[in-house]
Amino acid sequence: MSDHDYRPKSKVGQWFNDRLPLLTLANHLTDYPTPKNLNYWWTFGGILTFCLITQIVTGLTLAMHYIAHADMAFESVEHIMRDVNYGWLIRYIHANGASMFFLAVYIHIFRSLFYGSYKSPREIIWILGIIIYLLMMAAAFMGYVLPWGQMSFWGATVITNLFSAIPLVGEGIVTWLWGGYSVDNPTLTRFFTLHYLIPFLILGLVVLHIWALHVPGNNNPVGIDIKKPSKDTVPFHPYIVIKDGFALLMFMIVFAFFVFYAPNILGHADNYIEANPMVTPAHIVPEWYLLPFYAILRSVPDKLLGVVAMLSAILILAVLPWLDTSKIRSAVFRPLYKQFYWILVADVLILGYVGAMPAEGLYLLIARVATAYYFLHFLVILPVLGFKEKTLPVPLSITEPVLGGSPNLAAARNKESKIE
Amino acid sequence: MSEKKTKRRDFLFTATTAVGAVGAAAVVWPMIDQMNPDASVKALASTEVDVSALTPGNTLTVLWRGKPVFIRRRTQEEIDEARKVNMEDLIHPEKDEDRAKNPEWLVMLGVCTHLGCVPLNDKGDYNGWFCPCHGSHYDTSGRIRKGPAPLNMEVPKYEFVNANTIKIG
Repeated sequence: MSDHDYRPKSKVGQWFNDRLPLLTLANHLTDYPTPKNLNYWWTFGGILTFCLITQIVTGLTLAMHYIAHADMAFESVEHIMRDVNYGWLIRYIHANGASMFFLAVYIHIFRSLFYGSYKSPREIIWILGIIIYLLMMAAAFMGYVLPWGQMSFWGATVITNLFSAIPLVGEGIVTWLWGGYSVDNPTLTRFFTLHYLIPFLILGLVVLHIWALHVPGNNNPVGIDIKKPSKDTVPFHPYIVIKDGFALLMFMIVFAFFVFYAPNILGHADNYIEANPMVTPAHIVPEWYLLPFYAILRSVPDKLLGVVAMLSAILILAVLPWLDTSKIRSAVFRPLYKQFYWILVADVLILGYVGAMPAEGLYLLIARVATAYYFLHFLVILPVLGFKEKTLPVPLSITEPVLGGSPNLAAARNKESKIE
Repeated sequence: MSEKKTKRRDFLFTATTAVGAVGAAAVVWPMIDQMNPDASVKALASTEVDVSALTPGNTLTVLWRGKPVFIRRRTQEEIDEARKVNMEDLIHPEKDEDRAKNPEWLVMLGVCTHLGCVPLNDKGDYNGWFCPCHGSHYDTSGRIRKGPAPLNMEVPKYEFVNANTIKIG
């Protein structure tokens, strides 16, 4: 961070800033030099911040009316929907907000994968992001339990039972998680507590995520290091603020479409039936954003190994910066990686699709092939590709591809390669 | 840049901000309004009370909207005392005739107008009510006579549905 010499203009500002340099922070955030070639895929960080705040605000208001008790939770949600002023709106924003949050986070993650944003020196940003993603899944899962419908109850039962796969202590852990011998009131009240806590943990991690980002600065579509501030950067405000704001508006249109025109399309009708510990619904399906991992879980015919495979599929992302051996960040200059990238995108979408289908016949076969490919991509293709791939020449600066034939270009490039 | 172009930019800026402010207000309002009484609370807005068992000189306390309502069947003595009071002696001048249309029946919120405690029956210097929290004295019409309360105890909207039933609210 380069701008620590900032001094507020007013006497009061200086007095305050000497004691608590909030104004220096504000100045850093507005002047923060940002690569000028950021495209719209870079606007999802801001969109995700919006999603988090939306979830926290709507969640707080819902918590004023929700009752975390096995006998009353379902009714209190119906009370929110029917009696509370705008309760229907707030709950639909919160429920669809979770989906929008995951939609945005998946785009954010796949943007990182395409442009190599996880690579040195941004590994910590990436790992913090993976932890945030894990916490998001935990929060979403526990939030889905709170309405105490059939899907809530059986989803909770199935997911907590994953821990029973652990040898020796598994059953004990599950009993501990439940606070009893089945999912019941003690489970509901602790899930509510944790569901309330996790968003604030995420908020703290987001601060670290952004802090870590502001040390090296943003990656960019060309994926090269830039000197900042320089002709390659623009100040965050107003340039990126306006661009992020515009993208956020577009995102909010999609968001509003779901909230106002299809509020239940991403949910499951069975969750409007109150939890019944005696009857399991015919098809237990998690929310769409967990389907790829659900498919991986079901594709392994062994209980313990299935759970291990599912967890590995997520945790493998944390070591991605070291699995990808290529020094070139952006897929723009990696012709082979670019193809494998899109195969991976298709693979994950296929996993998501078969995760929603019954685990039998052709679906099961597809799920197994897709699972194997998922791990193949990270464990074999990426490490090997770094050594084998012939990458395209990378421009010296962000400005170069735009301005093109600078007379000094060839000479400068020669000089650069000699330094290497 | 010419004068005209600057004005156009200003217009766009102001218009955008105005639309944004309206949008933000529209989003904020539901978040505020959700804390107002909901439909299930409003549904409890009226209560019917059977007063046939109440004899003169006694008070019935019922709950309406979560607050106590005093229904006092007054004796002739109490009525006379309330009606002969000089208006100039009152902190909050109100005629007893206005507070109790049917002089035998006094219906009012049993909430002290100082800070919301429930005054005690048949206590105080004026044979009416006395609030134990901060020492407000009310007369037999529920009017404040002495102490820190600023107003008489409030008479809610009520009506006799029949000779024995009062509907409050």
